[in-house]
Amino acid sequence: MPKLKVDGVEIEVPAGATVLQACELAGKEIPRFCYHERLSIAGNCRMCLVEVKPGPPKPQASCALPAAEGQDIRTDSEMVKKAREGVMEFLLINHPLDCPICDQGGECDLQDQSVAYGRGGSRYHEEKRAVTQKTMGPLIKTIMTRCIHCTRCVRFSEEVAGVDEIGALYRGEGMQITTYLEQAAKHELSANVIDLCPVGALTSRPYAFEARPWELKKTLGIDVSDAVGANIRIDSRGREVMRVLPRVNDDVNEEWLADRGRYLVDGLTRRRLDKPWLRVDGKLQAAGWAEALAAIGTINPGSSVAVIAGDLVDAETMFAAKSLARALGSSMLEGRQTGLAYDTSNLAAVAFNTTLAGIEDADAILIYGSHVRDEAPLLNPRIRKAVRKGAKAYIIGPAWEPTYAATHLGDDAGVIDGLPEAVASVFANAARPAIIIGGGALAKGGLSSGLAFAERFNLVREGWNGFNVLHFAAARMAGLMLGYAQKGGIGDIVAAAPKLVISLGADEVDWTRFAGSMIVHIGHHGDKAAHAADVILPGAAFTEKDGTYVNTEGRVQYGEKAVFAPGDAREDWTILRAMADALGVAVGFDSFAELRAAMIAEVPAFGVEGLADYGALPAAAAEAGASGVIGYPVKDRYLTNAISRASPTLQRCSAELIHGDIQAEAAE
Amino acid sequence: MTVAHIIKSFTLWEFIKAHWLTLKYFFKPKATINYPYEKSPISPRFRGEHVLRRYANGEERCIACKLCEAVCPAQAITIESEPRDDGSRRTTRYDIDMTKCIFCGFCQEACPVDAVVEGPNFEYATETREELLYDKAKLLANGDKWERAIAANLEADAPYR
Repeated sequence: MPKLKVDGVEIEVPAGATVLQACELAGKEIPRFCYHERLSIAGNCRMCLVEVKPGPPKPQASCALPAAEGQDIRTDSEMVKKAREGVMEFLLINHPLDCPICDQGGECDLQDQSVAYGRGGSRYHEEKRAVTQKTMGPLIKTIMTRCIHCTRCVRFSEEVAGVDEIGALYRGEGMQITTYLEQAAKHELSANVIDLCPVGALTSRPYAFEARPWELKKTLGIDVSDAVGANIRIDSRGREVMRVLPRVNDDVNEEWLADRGRYLVDGLTRRRLDKPWLRVDGKLQAAGWAEALAAIGTINPGSSVAVIAGDLVDAETMFAAKSLARALGSSMLEGRQTGLAYDTSNLAAVAFNTTLAGIEDADAILIYGSHVRDEAPLLNPRIRKAVRKGAKAYIIGPAWEPTYAATHLGDDAGVIDGLPEAVASVFANAARPAIIIGGGALAKGGLSSGLAFAERFNLVREGWNGFNVLHFAAARMAGLMLGYAQKGGIGDIVAAAPKLVISLGADEVDWTRFAGSMIVHIGHHGDKAAHAADVILPGAAFTEKDGTYVNTEGRVQYGEKAVFAPGDAREDWTILRAMADALGVAVGFDSFAELRAAMIAEVPAFGVEGLADYGALPAAAAEAGASGVIGYPVKDRYLTNAISRASPTLQRCSAELIHGDIQAEAAE
Repeated sequence: MTVAHIIKSFTLWEFIKAHWLTLKYFFKPKATINYPYEKSPISPRFRGEHVLRRYANGEERCIACKLCEAVCPAQAITIESEPRDDGSRRTTRYDIDMTKCIFCGFCQEACPVDAVVEGPNFEYATETREELLYDKAKLLANGDKWERAIAANLEADAPYR
């Protein structure tokens, strides 16, 4: 714990801190471009120069200088001021002054810092450098003349994403940042370099020239594109969501966001259901709300009602539907649309118990039937961090390309019951072993085998719980907490042949199996369920309603409403409330606050933001019998739900990055 | 009552004096002008009706930086933008609500490319309110109409900027 002085104030900093961190602890702002908390130290922008005694009589880069006992650091001296002005002038020599047409304008580090620390004017009158355009795919727009060579994007790709896609060519003034052979950046976290870029060299292509940061209303939301529940900021203008950015939450997404969560926003304005539809003589016809609700009133289903929840719905909607089903005398609720039927009697056995942040500390990880890069792109860097710290990783399931060293053990789910001796000994000797069970394994009866594995290698021990199930649907954990699970999965509901099936945006269900039922679809996109529905009631997407979401860890998080739903669409709970009136039953809530209070009264965990407590793991069943070749649930990384299937940006990503179509680039 | 006073009263002196004044102004050059056939001179900095200008080659100047929209204290300007087919940054919508505008001139001060300018025209009264909600086509047409006058004004004012 070295003691040092910053601007004359003595402070104590943690061992291993840098001078820059020491200055921050002392409350001094140090300008920087290349330094980033989550990336390695590069020390190439020189903006963080400070005066340090003892040392050479010149300013030093504080980001790369370790804090040491007895240092006397000045951040406000004449030397520091001159040094910053000088560095800023050098940076601006080759940076074009095209702020008015730059999308970074208004949120640009270079703009802000040149105002705060730069000289008023320029003394440079010679030619400026120009760099040829680079291609980085459908998401990242490049104007490399603006690049100041901070190499944050290069370090992000190498260190966090774990793919060597972006690098630098040539040196000195001729240095150019580019992707390997000018191919598109293909990995699932690629767009994070846009946030990292301190200037406008890398900007968002779909968002190009759309809006300025000062026009946008910022709303705190939760990402629904997977079960990680990344914290997002929804930027909207008027009634339209313009973009989504990650928020910092070290427990969940650090400060990254997967591409498909970031770019599904343009799907929110396309293929929307904005008025009720009724099926008349086999054809869907537009109708009014009164007509649609009257049609529901004539169904008279008795207690023969089932509710199938989709992947994107919030807990309140599911609870409102549950209340409606309960009022009608039914408890047929299911959220696992694709037919999974694992045992949900103990929620600890289906949660990510280690926590997303905790998995970084694991020293042996078995990934069992999960394509982590597709199913939880934000978990993959965490596993990579663990591997970089020395953890051993193993994969059971069809081989995929991890971004770290991992041993592939086989495609069959049964491999886990007969692990090779070498692998078994690694887990037996590990201090913090962990298993991650994905949807692919759950479909092959992998849960019981996983529990047997947990028991065999003592995964739950003092201060460590290494048993994890990685879900894919954002609504899954909340659904399980609300009882959206039949013993035999969706097959039970098919067997019961209910008269009325309520779909809460359930677009992944094979609706041909419900041919005899009246299907009422409450959803926001004209996707698969809407084609099968008899009555379509337009609902709100995740940006258009307040809601509670529970991620795969069991972390309860609240999202807020950013914009209003389009057209005649209403918030989902109001639709279910109106349906209760149409069906002549009482559900016991008249406002969103009452609904939420009733939900919290039934499941108190929803009332507390943070990890829900699911108790201890159950004992493993006597017979553990996983078998069959694992198939991963995500077929196309970008087109995973109704919103993303409607998004032109993600369609283009899918076509170009997965299926390899090269589309003609608009002339720049 | 003095003698002088009596004489003034009987000779209608006040009356004559007033008429003399009237007569004097009758033969002096007139201060009023015959508007609208004559107009008084205005400053090159006069802030009248808005225009959107073009470059000499016909390319519109506005690059949709939205600084005018941001600086407008009356929030009279509305801009939407997207990449044009050639990839350049342009507006798809540029509206000025002339009923909101307070003619402060901040928009032309903010404009980095001298695209939006308050021209010398002040004679644009309309019969309906809707006609005062200007769109991009109207503003560009204004620009074409007033370009010569505006260019001359900008040149005249340039030494003081």
